[in-house]
Amino acid sequence: MSAEQQYIDLYSQHKTMINSHSTEVLNAKRSKAFEDFLRLGFPTQKLEKYKYTDIGKLFEPDYGLNLNRLDIPVNPYEVFKCDVPNMSTSLYFVVNDSFYTGMLPKAHLPKGVIMGSLKDVAQSNPVLIEKYYGKLADTSKDGVVAFNTTFVQDGVILYIPKGIIIEKPIQLINILRGDVDFMMNRRVLVILEEAAQAKLLVCDHAMDEKNFLSTQVIEVFAGKDSVFDLYELEETHTKTKRISHCFVEQSENSNVLLNGITLHNGTTCNSVDVTLVGEHANINLCGMAIADKNQHVDNATFIDHAVPNCTSHELFKYVLDDFSIGAFSGKVLVRPDAQKTSSMQTNRNLCVTRDARMYTKPQLEIYADDVKCSHGATVGQLDEDALFYMRARGISEKEARLLLMFAFTNEVVDQIRLEPLKERLHLLIEKRFRGELSKCEGCAMCK
Amino acid sequence: MPAEDRSRAGIFLSFQYPVEIPGVSMVNFMRSAVNEHRKYKDLPALSASEFLKLMREKRAVVELDNKLANRSVNEGFSGGEKKRNEIFQMAMLEPRLSILDETDSGLDIDALRIVANGVNLLKTPENSTILITHYQRLLDYIVPDVVHVLYKGQIVKTAGKELALELEEKGYDWIKKELGE
Repeated sequence: MSAEQQYIDLYSQHKTMINSHSTEVLNAKRSKAFEDFLRLGFPTQKLEKYKYTDIGKLFEPDYGLNLNRLDIPVNPYEVFKCDVPNMSTSLYFVVNDSFYTGMLPKAHLPKGVIMGSLKDVAQSNPVLIEKYYGKLADTSKDGVVAFNTTFVQDGVILYIPKGIIIEKPIQLINILRGDVDFMMNRRVLVILEEAAQAKLLVCDHAMDEKNFLSTQVIEVFAGKDSVFDLYELEETHTKTKRISHCFVEQSENSNVLLNGITLHNGTTCNSVDVTLVGEHANINLCGMAIADKNQHVDNATFIDHAVPNCTSHELFKYVLDDFSIGAFSGKVLVRPDAQKTSSMQTNRNLCVTRDARMYTKPQLEIYADDVKCSHGATVGQLDEDALFYMRARGISEKEARLLLMFAFTNEVVDQIRLEPLKERLHLLIEKRFRGELSKCEGCAMCK
Repeated sequence: MPAEDRSRAGIFLSFQYPVEIPGVSMVNFMRSAVNEHRKYKDLPALSASEFLKLMREKRAVVELDNKLANRSVNEGFSGGEKKRNEIFQMAMLEPRLSILDETDSGLDIDALRIVANGVNLLKTPENSTILITHYQRLLDYIVPDVVHVLYKGQIVKTAGKELALELEEKGYDWIKKELGE
């Protein structure tokens, strides 16, 4: 328990401070979460889900934590000029783990919609938050979720009341900012009531050349007939460690699209748990990673078909260059009563060099007999015949490789239901493959 | 010499079985190729509108429709479309020497006519085309200047277009006999 000890001491010594800078609803979960963390520790590689990422090691270094909630002097609107062109979004910022209230977008969201600091809303409307907070993210099962729940002080809430449709995408930019090596524990709570609709685009950026470690827990409640898109785009630097857990619960007839794109990172470990609790719910779970150097991308997904007549569609693609490592494990559980389930899982990977490594693991557990489930996983290289064909037309080998890699990733980008974002991603991906995107596109800081 | 340099220097080799490249659109593929050729000749890259105009012009040579631009290279193309696409690429790249390897294989009559017509349209005093075939049929549409017979890797007989007709009638055995085999 070496990595854990410093955090156990930290919590024991600063419990009061952590609580005093947060709020009752969040504090209520802390003691139990801490007990769970004491018992579980950080997940080891003996756990199937974490087999390819040594979580404890990521927590070993000494990081600063802003438990005192000191203001971090930054005006994100000034330093951050990223915007997807031709896409008008309602833009919000989170600096480390604090919702930035310095300046809120001029365009207001429809009446009744809440988009703001989790801490503030939990203070003003504790009944709402209490009903949902921590209900999906079970601290007794995962050490990192327990850790996050122990230390989290703020985050973001998006609440959309019954029947409200938000046409304009909401963009949330997470900025990692620090003068020293820094850790942040962030929480995102998304609640869509019956027939509500929204699109949320979350971008992760690292602004300073420091070691960053962020843990993130997202809980999404998709009510009956709701439609929700969540796009997560990571564009950080090689010194960033990201551990994210996303929990989704889908009610009857809900339609959710999750698309997580790792464009540039350090070490990333994403986990997504989707539970389909209402019939005729549909989940489209996609992801893509482009990695080179020593980058590490690990995606673990779990789709629980708890009731009949639901559909799930899963597509993950990786392009691994240099010494990068990719891992994917996709578990699909079809429970005994979940008849007429339709589930499709695909994971395709390109290892561009001999040293790049990909670990892929489809896991299907099917206990119902009238279902349609398929899965496929491949690891391969670029098609030599196609390369030769292109070279025979005068295209250089480098360019030909690029065109093929670009084509490979397109399938995931095409799942996006936001046209301007798609175009923007095409551009970013091309830049990424050309090596022009070494940090992040759009931060004024990096230019 | 690497394949890409041969191409840029003006040699075009058509494929008997053109490769399908899922996900790479014809327009991106051709733009990369044309611009690499131009770079080789120290010419500036074409603008998007210039390029599309060029595509439109050349597409007409082989009667390919305008949906082509957004389709992936050869993906889901019929045999005839693939061969027409080869001639379309030839038209785009304007090679000095084209080697068309059994371009007539697997073609129906209409496609054969279109492909042949394309080859004829592209013929200029500055370029040459080597047509490799086993049949006279293609030569009904493309009238060759010279016919060579290749045997065991060597040209064993050279004559005008009448040689092809003679071969169609008599087969190859008489040439072997002439060679004393």
